[in-house]
Amino acid sequence: MVLGNYKQVIAARSTDPEILRKAQDGGIVTQLFAYALDEGIIDGAIVAGPSDEPFKPEPMVATTREELLASRGTRYSISPNMALIKEVTRSYGLDKVGLVGTPCQMQALRKGQLYPVGLRDVADKIALAVGIFCMENFPYQGIIQLVEDHGATKLDNVSKLDIGKGKFWIYTERGATVDLPLKVTHKYEQPGCHVCLDYVANLADISTGSVGTPDGWSSVFVRSAKGDDIWAKAIAAGAFETKPMDSVKPGIDLVTKLATDKITKNQKYLESRATEYGVGKALRNPYI
Amino acid sequence: MGILESLKTLLFGKRDVSGEKQDEKPGSAKAEKPADVIIEEKASIIKEPKEEKPVADKITVGHVHMSGCTGCLVSFADTYEGLLTILDKYADLVYCLTLADVRHIPEMDVALVEGSVCINDHLSVEEIIETRKNAKIVVALGGCACYGNITRFCRGGQMNQPQHEGFLPIGDLIDVDVYIPGCAPTPQQIRNVCVMAYLLLKGNDEQKALAGAYLTPFMNLAKAGTEACGCDIMTQVINQGLCMGCGSCAAACPVRAISMEYGKPQIERDLCIKCGACYAQCPRSFFSFDVVNQYEGIMDAIDAAMQP
Repeated sequence: MVLGNYKQVIAARSTDPEILRKAQDGGIVTQLFAYALDEGIIDGAIVAGPSDEPFKPEPMVATTREELLASRGTRYSISPNMALIKEVTRSYGLDKVGLVGTPCQMQALRKGQLYPVGLRDVADKIALAVGIFCMENFPYQGIIQLVEDHGATKLDNVSKLDIGKGKFWIYTERGATVDLPLKVTHKYEQPGCHVCLDYVANLADISTGSVGTPDGWSSVFVRSAKGDDIWAKAIAAGAFETKPMDSVKPGIDLVTKLATDKITKNQKYLESRATEYGVGKALRNPYI
Repeated sequence: MGILESLKTLLFGKRDVSGEKQDEKPGSAKAEKPADVIIEEKASIIKEPKEEKPVADKITVGHVHMSGCTGCLVSFADTYEGLLTILDKYADLVYCLTLADVRHIPEMDVALVEGSVCINDHLSVEEIIETRKNAKIVVALGGCACYGNITRFCRGGQMNQPQHEGFLPIGDLIDVDVYIPGCAPTPQQIRNVCVMAYLLLKGNDEQKALAGAYLTPFMNLAKAGTEACGCDIMTQVINQGLCMGCGSCAAACPVRAISMEYGKPQIERDLCIKCGACYAQCPRSFFSFDVVNQYEGIMDAIDAAMQP
């Protein structure tokens, strides 16, 4: 169950070279939303758009292909996409909403659909929730310190950040590459990530991430009935190139291993909150 | 999948419900019930049979209006035709001063109580006590009943009852079983609680387990206390090392008192009206994998249950 419920898992990448040019991996999220927008499956999507500061994401409602393209690439910092989930059905007037998010944001979305305390008329307007794999996230200041202090690289000059193969990678516009051991990144992790028990966005309609597939490709889990329907249509429309997951390296085993590692480690931390923080007291556990 | 199947079993009978949705109407399973025979109150004038008793397996629900604004009831009505479905199949509205001419609080299975209690108004105090005595389940409907909400700011001194200055959430005067926070509470949330309350009271053990699992967080909120504020996001989530910056609190806030600064909630406490929505909506206040992992099936089942 570390990978959640899913109907199929495949290796895939977008067939659109323009999307792939600046995509983090296989361009799955951008391509899915672009396709869904074209087909009227969604009216718009909440994505992590650009902001005034480099690599600081800002939640944005994208209703055009251009806006989707502008939000390509991973920013390893917090983008509170759920903050727009009600507004998108109000002043934006959307009836069919797309949303991309980390596993915790998929959890927030599903809780919001089942327990809509302050989210009137939101639940039935969610048309496509795309989840991205997430091991942990960083506050923006943490990214500045990693890139500018540990990496000795100006953030303005960075073209891409990546976490993979046990390292934190910094690529600059002019072709230089800096890598940091993940060990130095740990203290900058967002503390709230340490109670997270989901790696591959178990509650998304479709979830995707880089782990398990070669560079330029993505692992894709098709999960819900809604996701299955949209994925089948997108494949039929030629939006994606696919390979069976068991034909690629390192494959599903690595995904399973990393998911298990994350959940085991965080489960342990959750248990320690009940016993090791205080005498006769416990820190709060949200999972009832 | 146990609780999900039991939900389906209760709503649709023992038939296989994996087939077409058109065939899943709960009405078809219950077509013989006397409730489906609608009889006018004035039947005697036009020589039709006397009104029969309401169906035995509906639950009885009342709406009790304390110091509230009726917005919670409007929200209930904003379930639109779903409200009619609820009243047709699952619940009889036995008391509601806004909608019906029953003057005194009768016995009921579920009391939806809106508004806080003015302790300087003895009639209000009597009514909330009577409500507790007469109701099996007391639901605090909306921010005022749960947490005081805007009436937390009352301090008397206004015409023509300047002494009406003390207002308390109902949980400070009686035991409350379930909270539905929010100002206003959402129609979808009220609908979900109605369906689940029906299962809790009329279901078998398994069905009660499902409803219990769904309602547990709202029962826990009722046990946790009668104070709410945007501060809860700080004291119960950020201070506890649980916030991961999703932004749900900012979306839930009805007065835009919460913005996200560098991925964390920034709370304008002078804008906050103390409704409790932000904390209840936060996925790190309560989160049940048992319930939420089955979101697809539960939502489909509730949708199906709401078909007329």
